[in-house]
This record gives sequence, structure tokens and C-alpha cells, in this order.
Amino acid sequence: MIISIASGKGGTGKTTVSTNLALSIDQEVQLLDCDVEEPNSHLFLNPVIEKKEQVIAPVPEIDLKKCTFCKKCMDICRYGAIAVLKENVLTFENLCHSCGGCFEVCPENAVMEKERSLGEIEHGSSRSISFIHGRLEVGQVMAPPIIKKVRSYTDPNLITIIDAPPGTSCPVIAAMNGADFILLVTEPTPFGLHDLKLAVETVRILDIPHGLVINRAGLGNDDVKYYAQKENIPILMEIPFDKEIARIYSKGQMVVDKLPEYKVKFCDLFRKIEQLVEKGGQN
Amino acid sequence: MKIAVTSQGDTLDSQIDPRFGRAAYILIVDTETLEFEAFDNDENKNSFKGAGTQAAAMVSEKGAEVLLTGFCGPNAFTTLETAGVKVANDQNGRIIDVVQKFKQGNVVYAKDANKDGHW
Repeated sequence: MIISIASGKGGTGKTTVSTNLALSIDQEVQLLDCDVEEPNSHLFLNPVIEKKEQVIAPVPEIDLKKCTFCKKCMDICRYGAIAVLKENVLTFENLCHSCGGCFEVCPENAVMEKERSLGEIEHGSSRSISFIHGRLEVGQVMAPPIIKKVRSYTDPNLITIIDAPPGTSCPVIAAMNGADFILLVTEPTPFGLHDLKLAVETVRILDIPHGLVINRAGLGNDDVKYYAQKENIPILMEIPFDKEIARIYSKGQMVVDKLPEYKVKFCDLFRKIEQLVEKGGQN
Repeated sequence: MKIAVTSQGDTLDSQIDPRFGRAAYILIVDTETLEFEAFDNDENKNSFKGAGTQAAAMVSEKGAEVLLTGFCGPNAFTTLETAGVKVANDQNGRIIDVVQKFKQGNVVYAKDANKDGHW
């Protein structure tokens, strides 16, 4: 079973929920930190890293001896990454999305594949958790290929928890698509609610069963609850706005280690998710 | 000589468009006769990315030797430089006035981009 933890708004507690949930489940769990622009699950789980690998993507390089300057490669490129001039062709790695269109359309086989590094993936383990995360290289902007690579290691025999990036754009879709359940973590503030609505719209397009965790409950107002009720989205857990939890988090420690009653709550959260998945997301 | 000028409209009375890649129009002006062609830059203006490289390739293809504009980013500048098109940035005012200023030799060619790239 794949559970993707997403939020819309950043900083609502995706990593807190992902890591504490992973440690509470009484089965073998895989945690994939797919927030590759700023992975942080490792700060709490301190995994022993056993393996590293580079993630590469193809970019075009033009063989000017073969090129007839027909511009087919330039015309197909949605990203303006190729400029065909009178006697030269320029390619721009930083604009290229590695779609491969230019390689396909060139009638002269003049577009050659060059590799560029997008980032790296680290494999490791922490207690009972099998841990994998991706890290986008500074200056690169293409997160989805790294996220897809991290997810390619999904073990169907384990419970897989994905710590997704914030927002609702391509990287988030890459971290949610194909999941069995999406757990949306929000906070009861106007900003939290605003971005939660965007996240719910996204999840509904993907048509994946979903539920809500309200973090920092007691802060702000009840609008998130009214919204969830109106939209028939189950609230599966509330984590109070509590100084002790903040203190534990700020030291990079696990809430379930320091406050054992939360282990029970996270186990309960997992049971509710299992039930919802069995019922196809019907509340 | 043919020069390219980024423009907010399609006449010589229009104002310079300070943006290069996403300018509304690019005018190719013959500095001797002041005859010109106005190219609607709509496709680049609304492009997802790489507006500068594509506009630069277009300017070169139309045979312009010089570009007069407001701001030119690094990818566009590299493309223009490779194509042998000289760039004079920081231009403003009416197209016709800027063209006259150019004819009098009162423009300075850039050695580098004067705007950071966009993500």
C-alpha cells in the first residue's frame, strides 16, 4: 500500500506525520522522501546511508557536420532550449526538460545525447524503516525525474510512505500519482485552508481516496473543519498546537519516542487509512 | 543596414518594449530608407520558457545586424552574440527616435547580458 503525505501549503507538518507514522506502524515500512528540493525526513530518522546513485537526464548536442539547419528540433522544443542560427546551433541545458522530442524529429541523426546530472538518490535504513530520498542539484529545476526514480524503488510487499513536496505542481503530482491513499496535512489557518482547497482539487482530479490531518489544532479557527465537513473529507487525526511537540521537533527528535501516547494515535491513523483504502475511499 | 527594435506597437511611432524575448512586437528597420517590417512576437511572448533564445534566432534570421532593446538576458545574449548580432540595451522612448539616435552613433554595444535569466 502506498500512502502519499501531501499538503498544498508548505510547513504544515508533512514530514512530522510521515516520519512518526512510519515509526508507529507495526509492519515493515518504506519511507520515500520525495520532497527532493529540500528533503528533511533524514534529519529526524538519521538513516545510515548504504548506497548513493546519480540521476541523469539526456540533453541534446548538435553534430554540425550532419546538421542541415532545418529547424525541426527548434520547432518541436516547447522550452526554447534550441536556437538554430544560420551556421550554428545552440542548445541550452538549463532550459531543456529532456523530453526527447529533438532526438526523434531530426531527419539527419544530428542530435546526439549528452548526459547531465539532475541530482542524487540515497538509500539507507533507520530502525525498521527502509529509507530512500532524492536530492535535486542546486541550480537544477527538474524535480519529477528524481521523484520518479525514488518511487521506482517502491517495494509492493511493504507499506510505502511518501513524503511529498508542498504545492500542487508537477513535483507534487509525481509524488501522488498512483498512490492508494493521499493524506493531506493542513493547519487551521486561512492560508492552510486556501492551499488545502487547491490540494483537494488536485487529488480529486487524480481520483485517489484521501483524508485529512489537522496539525497545530487549536490555532486559528474552525473553517478547515467546516470545509472538510461540507466536502465530506474525513478528518483522521488532530495534532494539537503544543509547545512540547514543537520542542521535540526543534531538536530533530521523534514525537512518538518522546510522547508514547502519540504512537497509539498514529497507529490509529494508519488503521483508519487501511479501512478507507479497503472501502475505496468511501467515508 | 537592418536593425531589430523591440516595440510595444507595430509602427515607428510606438514606444520601445523594454523586454526582448517577450516584447509585443519586433520591428526590423532598414536604417537607410526607414522602411520596416513589424513581426508580432505573440508566440514567444506567451511561450513557456526560452522566449529570449527564440526571439534571438528570429532576429538573426531576419538579417538584423544590431538589436536595440531594454533588457536582454543571458541565453538571448549568447544566441545573439553567436549569430553576430550586436546588442544595445537600456533603450527607451519612441522607435523612430531610437533609430535616429542609433544612426547618429549614440548607442553603446553591450558586452554582456543586463538581466538575469528567468526560471
